[in-house]
Amino acid sequence: MKFRQAQAGKMAAAGAGRLRRAASALLLRSPRLPARELSAPARLYHKKVVDHYENPRNVGSLDKTSKNVGTGLVGAPACGDVMKLQIQVDEKGKIVDARFKTFGCGSAIASSSLATEWVKGKTVEEALTIKNTDIAKELCLPPVKLHCSMLAEDAIKAALADYKLKQEPKKGEAEKK
Amino acid sequence: MGRDRCSWQPWLASDAHPNGHECAKGAATLHHGFPNAAHQLSTPHSDPETGKGAEERPGCHAHGATHHEAHLDTVEAAWLGLSVGTHGHRHLTSLAASVAQLYVSHGKRRGGRSRPDESLPERRAALPGAWGPGLQRLRKVGSASGTMLLRAAWRRAAVAVTAAPGPKPAAPTRGLRLRVGDHAPQSAVPADTAAVPEAGPVLRPLYMDVQATTPLDPRVLDAMLPYLINYYGNPHSRTHAYGWESEAAMERARQQVASLIGADPREIIFTSGATESNNIAIKGVARFYRSRKKHLITTQTEHKCVLDSCRSLEAEGFQVTYLPVQKSGIIDLKELEAAIQPDTSLVSVMTVNNEIGVKQPIAEIGRICSSRKVYFHTDAAQAVGKIPLDVNDMKIDLMSISAHKIYGPKGVGAIYIRRRPRVRVEALQSGGGQERGMRSGTVPTPLVVGLGAACEVAQQEMEYDHKRISKLSERLIQNIMKSLPDVVMNGDPKHHYPGCINLSFAYVEGESLLMALKDVALSSGSACTSASLEPSYVLRAIGTDEDLAHSSIRFGIGRFTTEEEVDYTVEKCIQHVKRLREMSPLWEMVQDGIDLKSIKWTQH
Repeated sequence: MKFRQAQAGKMAAAGAGRLRRAASALLLRSPRLPARELSAPARLYHKKVVDHYENPRNVGSLDKTSKNVGTGLVGAPACGDVMKLQIQVDEKGKIVDARFKTFGCGSAIASSSLATEWVKGKTVEEALTIKNTDIAKELCLPPVKLHCSMLAEDAIKAALADYKLKQEPKKGEAEKK
Repeated sequence: MGRDRCSWQPWLASDAHPNGHECAKGAATLHHGFPNAAHQLSTPHSDPETGKGAEERPGCHAHGATHHEAHLDTVEAAWLGLSVGTHGHRHLTSLAASVAQLYVSHGKRRGGRSRPDESLPERRAALPGAWGPGLQRLRKVGSASGTMLLRAAWRRAAVAVTAAPGPKPAAPTRGLRLRVGDHAPQSAVPADTAAVPEAGPVLRPLYMDVQATTPLDPRVLDAMLPYLINYYGNPHSRTHAYGWESEAAMERARQQVASLIGADPREIIFTSGATESNNIAIKGVARFYRSRKKHLITTQTEHKCVLDSCRSLEAEGFQVTYLPVQKSGIIDLKELEAAIQPDTSLVSVMTVNNEIGVKQPIAEIGRICSSRKVYFHTDAAQAVGKIPLDVNDMKIDLMSISAHKIYGPKGVGAIYIRRRPRVRVEALQSGGGQERGMRSGTVPTPLVVGLGAACEVAQQEMEYDHKRISKLSERLIQNIMKSLPDVVMNGDPKHHYPGCINLSFAYVEGESLLMALKDVALSSGSACTSASLEPSYVLRAIGTDEDLAHSSIRFGIGRFTTEEEVDYTVEKCIQHVKRLREMSPLWEMVQDGIDLKSIKWTQH
């Protein structure tokens, strides 16, 4: 009897604690990120990041000189992050192939690898809508690593811009003709 | 060691010759941790069959041995389980040998000991309560299970050393800790192999980060255990034997530390570590001579605690000169001489750098400082016990020592403060005036005993360790550099402590390489591994290009690092650097002949 009462008491206390925590979470309106992100600088990687790192998708290069290939090179070695993203687009404006190469930490490699996975199969306009927050959420990146996802978004945009630039002189020639 | 303890403990073999006390001889000092308990077990009832007395009964051996084994089982097995995962074999086998010898010699010793019966209830009461019920249980255990326990413990240790679950790679696995699925990174492995497997023993990475901290040498643990278990007195208690024995141990440790650096024991003050010692040296000296001297000199590659202490003194109104270092990492002596002003009170230069392993010319700096009448402080945390140091030959006035860098316990260190001519220091920590008033607070006897033992062991092993570590260091550097192009060693190759190797792998980022070498515990000077995303200030001070600063890895080789561990690390490093270079756009551009310095990079 006493034990049950004690149990009930404990559960009530736990419930009160949970209520308090939920209330504070609502008040702060903080996103529910894994607990370790604020302390260790990403040494304990999320397994998605490790997976992209161990088995990177689409590493490599496409022919830079080809008219259907857009190349985006962003970042700087001095910052410790350089990403090169290349997309191959067919006549209908759909991205059929993508390749990346990255000089950066595990999160940067994972972000660019995921970016190449996502752009494949999208049209040029759809690819522009990929946001760094989506990449960060998918990989569960800690706040200290958010700049890696931002760089991946920049790389996609740079590749698309380069592709568009390559298309314009062709359009100009076609109009002239 | 044994003689002091036994002389005032009347219940130990009072009739035995103090010198002939077998515990005093021999390496098996673990017994000292359990003298009360050991005697507790051998109850003086005579064997009904043979009618022999307590001393001669063969069961006595087993009981005492059982108790020892059980305790050693828990303590040693824990230690063995930890150490086997991270050390090489050499000390494990020597530890095992000494443990085995303990059991054998203990069995022989049991026969000669005698105790008065009437003190039995007092001793039982004297034991802390936690030991009581355990002892009652152990008393019931017979000799057969005693030997079984010993065999089980040894078997466990042997299994932990030799076995590794999962598929065995081509490289030798004895003594290495491996994870499942490591050696096939490019294969189509399902995602959850990245998670640590739940079944099987927990595998731990190889430890190659000795500049961060070192494991406890087993001989240091041996020395510390009695003071953690039985001899728990406060060394400043002057009125009873607990205090006296603790004080004796503390003074013995002080002598051990002093003899390692050529100092007088009265010049050694125990602190909580090298950080506190650095604070005392810099703030204490500066504040004491505040009225006449307002200037300090240090270098840009010092440890953070030194730089931060100087910064806080600047806020108090002092002036600090941060000397730059050359590309080799060594300061320019002419610049030092030019920087000394009439109102300089202290020069602080570390002996061996913790990031790049560079050795500063301490003897020359000492000569300059003493000729200009300026106090010379050196942070020798990474150097003590590894290279020969003498405070008189090198004219050092203050020196910081850290225990956990020389295979001692964490949480203790020492500061050497010269007495002739006397260096005055303003105390940072006020209190009861312990440690000559320079550092009040109870001196932690077990920790300082550990520090003293670590210093003594280091003195004995210095030459052997240095030779062995130099050989392994050469091996690591040569093997990596001959297999990989574009690898830069940071720091002067000549004036260099071989156990700290800092290499920059061009076109590969440090953190991604650390992630690849997940079976080896390493450290990097890369920004991504620091909380502030800034690359290491030491590498910046030696003029490393920023992208190379992001690519640096620090390999640490210590007393317990084996050749196999070095070979494994080298092999994995080469394999992963090649793989990461394949993934690197910078490497691709360099292969195409593009000069990276000519490119205008976009900043983000």
